[in-house]
Amino acid sequence: MNENIIAPENLVYEKSKLLKDNVMHYCPGCNHGTVHRMIAEVIEEMGMEHDCIGVSPVGCAVFIYKYIDVDFAEAAHGRAPAIATAMKRLNPDKLVFTYQGDGDLSAIGACETLHACNRGENIAIIFVNNAIYGMTGGQMSPSTLVGMKASTCPYGRDVELNGYPMKISNILAELEGTCYVTRQSVHSAAAVRKAKKAIRKAFDNSMAKKGTSVVEIVASCNSGWKMTPYNANKWLEENMFPFYQLGDLKDR
Amino acid sequence: MAKIKGAVEVDVLHCKGCELCVHACPSNVLALSKNVNEKGYAYAYMQNPEACIGCASCAYICPDGCIKVYKVKL
Ligand SMILES: Cc1ncc(C[n+]2csc(CCOP(=O)(O)OP(=O)(O)O)c2C)c(N)n1
Ligand code: SF4
Ligand code: SF4
Repeated sequence: MNENIIAPENLVYEKSKLLKDNVMHYCPGCNHGTVHRMIAEVIEEMGMEHDCIGVSPVGCAVFIYKYIDVDFAEAAHGRAPAIATAMKRLNPDKLVFTYQGDGDLSAIGACETLHACNRGENIAIIFVNNAIYGMTGGQMSPSTLVGMKASTCPYGRDVELNGYPMKISNILAELEGTCYVTRQSVHSAAAVRKAKKAIRKAFDNSMAKKGTSVVEIVASCNSGWKMTPYNANKWLEENMFPFYQLGDLKDR
Repeated sequence: MAKIKGAVEVDVLHCKGCELCVHACPSNVLALSKNVNEKGYAYAYMQNPEACIGCASCAYICPDGCIKVYKVKL
């Protein structure tokens, strides 16, 4: 029975041709892979594979250039928006995007992020917020929730000691230079489809030179959180979404 | 009403056995195998192929792009 269905003319979904055959180094179930898939699909659908420059972060996604078959530059930790600024100013007709974690974008790179957005650089920023430093062993980041455990706050984030979690996308939405700021997720098939539409809009804005677009993906880091992938996505729904509410923060 | 039937192909080499597709499938089609791939991961397969409706939920959730989805109207 299946043999009759599995035929080229019946194919309804396969991964983008821009996703290379390398096995991704991410932990099983990591949301980074899902976001990579959507970025590759959007670039392929736009037909921009020969006119796209990505800027990879320091963090788990440092090797994104091994997985998506477009040009990439590697930035020092947090500096992706500065590199992307130069890339886009020198190549105004290229699609330029950064890919950054919460440590990269909102801690060490907060300055570059704020100023690139304030200048309204015509770039798209894909911001994967998993609330910890995944790559280096699950340390607390600016977006770690109150009470959430991380390796540098093993009893949970304490506001007295560590301050409050930062909703940096809300701050970025306040800046004149941003044209589109949205918060999405990839924890369900429906959410993945919506996140893809948001990435498409951000990339279209870069090409239309409308200003800076920020797509925050509220994500899980199941091994950092010490949960199974499925439970991490459930935890995300129950604990992250009430604080990091999904939806558009700005669209003009 | 035309009946829709689907089927999926899992890229065993790329699968990491994360089980997200198993939970995402609305028709309980998928399960993890008893066998493991070269990297030692139990991989996803169609345990209940007759139930597949070709909705591609599994393929959309898979972080590693392992799943191809096919669909026919009968
Ligand atoms: C200048 C500098 N400081 C510190 C580090 C160490 N370091 C590597 S990755 C990382 C944090 C990454 O966390 P995040 O941006 O949240 O990304 P994730 O790994 O969670 O995707 C740090 C602090 C570095 N590589 N360079
Ligand atoms: S295509 Fe839909 S019904 Fe078929 S296995 Fe995937 S999720 Fe289940
Ligand atoms: S979601 Fe992908 S990697 Fe995870 S078990 Fe299913 S096919 Fe394998």
